[in-house]
Amino acid sequence: MPEHETAAEHTTPASDVGKFLHRRREQIAQRWADEPLFRTVFTVSRDEAVEAGRVVVDALAQVAESGRVADTDAAGFTAVREQLTRMVASRARFGLTSGQVSTEVDGLRPPAVNLLVGDLHEATPEHLRECTTLLTVLMGTLRLVVLETSLSEGQALIDRQHLELLEAATPVIRLWDGIVAVPLIGTLDSARSQVVMETLLESVVDQQARFAILDITGVPMVDSLVAQHLMKTVAAVRLMGAECVVSGIRPAIAQTIVHLGLDLGTVVTRASLADALGYALNRLGADIVLATPGGAGPR
Amino acid sequence: MSGTVAGVEARLPIRSDLDLVWVRQHVRQAAAALGFGLVDQTKLVTAASELARNTLVYGGGGEMAAEHVCDGRAQGLRLTFRDQGPGIADPERALSDGYTSGGGLGLGLGGARRLVHEFSLDSTPGVGTTVAVTSWAARPPRQREEPR
Repeated sequence: MPEHETAAEHTTPASDVGKFLHRRREQIAQRWADEPLFRTVFTVSRDEAVEAGRVVVDALAQVAESGRVADTDAAGFTAVREQLTRMVASRARFGLTSGQVSTEVDGLRPPAVNLLVGDLHEATPEHLRECTTLLTVLMGTLRLVVLETSLSEGQALIDRQHLELLEAATPVIRLWDGIVAVPLIGTLDSARSQVVMETLLESVVDQQARFAILDITGVPMVDSLVAQHLMKTVAAVRLMGAECVVSGIRPAIAQTIVHLGLDLGTVVTRASLADALGYALNRLGADIVLATPGGAGPR
Repeated sequence: MSGTVAGVEARLPIRSDLDLVWVRQHVRQAAAALGFGLVDQTKLVTAASELARNTLVYGGGGEMAAEHVCDGRAQGLRLTFRDQGPGIADPERALSDGYTSGGGLGLGLGGARRLVHEFSLDSTPGVGTTVAVTSWAARPPRQREEPR
C-alpha cells in the first residue's frame, strides 16, 4: 500500500479505518455473509446477505470518518438501525437471547480486523496498533447498537402491553338498569385511575346510570394516593348526577385505611359487590323477592 | 430502634413510578417470608408505599434498604428510605395530618408512622431525608405511645 505509507504520518487512525472500510467493503461483506449472524438471517440467497453486509460496512465507515467510534448515537448508525432491528428480531424468533445475538455480532470482528492487519503490514507498529484498536472499539459499538435495538424492541413490547393492560383491566359492567360497576384489579396508579374515571363517566352517560360501583376487591393496597384517586372518581361521578359506591373493602384494607387516617366518610362503602348491588337496587326502589313457595319476602 | 440487624436483604432504587411497584412487591414478599399476618403485611406495604412515594416525589428519588432484624425471638423488617433531596424544614409539621407541600392528601408521613411499630425521621434541609420504619411479626402487640 504505497499511498498509505506516505499518508500514514498525516492521517488519523479514524480516517484510515474509514478509508479501509470503504476500500475493503466488498471483501468484508463477502466474509460476513459466511458468519452465523448473516448466514442464518438471510437464508434465501447469499447475495442478500452480502448486500446487508455492505450496508453495515458503509454505516461503520461513516461512523469511523466522523470520529465518533465509541458513540452508539453516531449519525452513521441511523441508516442501519432498522436493518439491525429486523436481524435481531429474526434471531430472537430463532430462540436466541440478546446475549447470544451479541456474541454473533462479535463474530464479525475477527474477519474485519484480519483484513485490516493484512492491509497495514507496511505501517508502523504504533499506527497498526492504533488502527486495530479503533476498529475493535467500532465493532464493540456495533455490538452495543445491536443490543440496544433488541432492548428497545423489548421496551416497545412492554409499552404496548402496558397500554393493552390499561384498557383491558378496566371493563365497565352493566349490572342492572341504571347500575354500572368497575371491578378494579391491581395497583391503581395515576394512569390507571385516569382510564377508570374516563370509562366510568362515559358509561354513566351511555347507560344513563344512577349508580356506579367501584369494586376494589382486586386492589392489593390502598394508600393515600390510591384513596385520593378513588375519591376524585367518586366526586366526578357525583358531578354527573350519579351516586358512587365503593365495594370490596377487605378487613386488612379497612384496618390500614383507619390507621392511615383516611376519611372516607363522604363515600358510600360496602363490604362486597353483592352488598353494593343490593344497596343500589334498594335505592332504585327495586325489591328483591325470593320466588321459593312459602319463603317469599323481601331479602 | 430496637433489635439487631440480621442482614441486609435488598437495596432497591426509587427512581420512577415503576420502582414503587417493585418496592411494594418486595416488602410484601419479605414480610410474608418473616411470618407477618395479612393485616400487618398490608400495613407495612402501605407504609412503604407512602414513604417510597415521598422519596420519589419530594426527595427527587433515592433508595430503600430492607433489613431483617431480630429481637430475641421476634422477627422484624426494617425499611430505610434515603434521599438527597431538599429535606424537611419542619418535621413536626410534616408529620401532622393534612399538611402537604405537594398536591397530596398530607397523610403519607403521619399515616406511615401509625402503620408501623417504630418510626424515625432524620432530615437535614439541603442535604436529604432518611426515614426508617420497623415492624415486628410474631410478637404480641405491645404498648406504644399514641402518636398524637
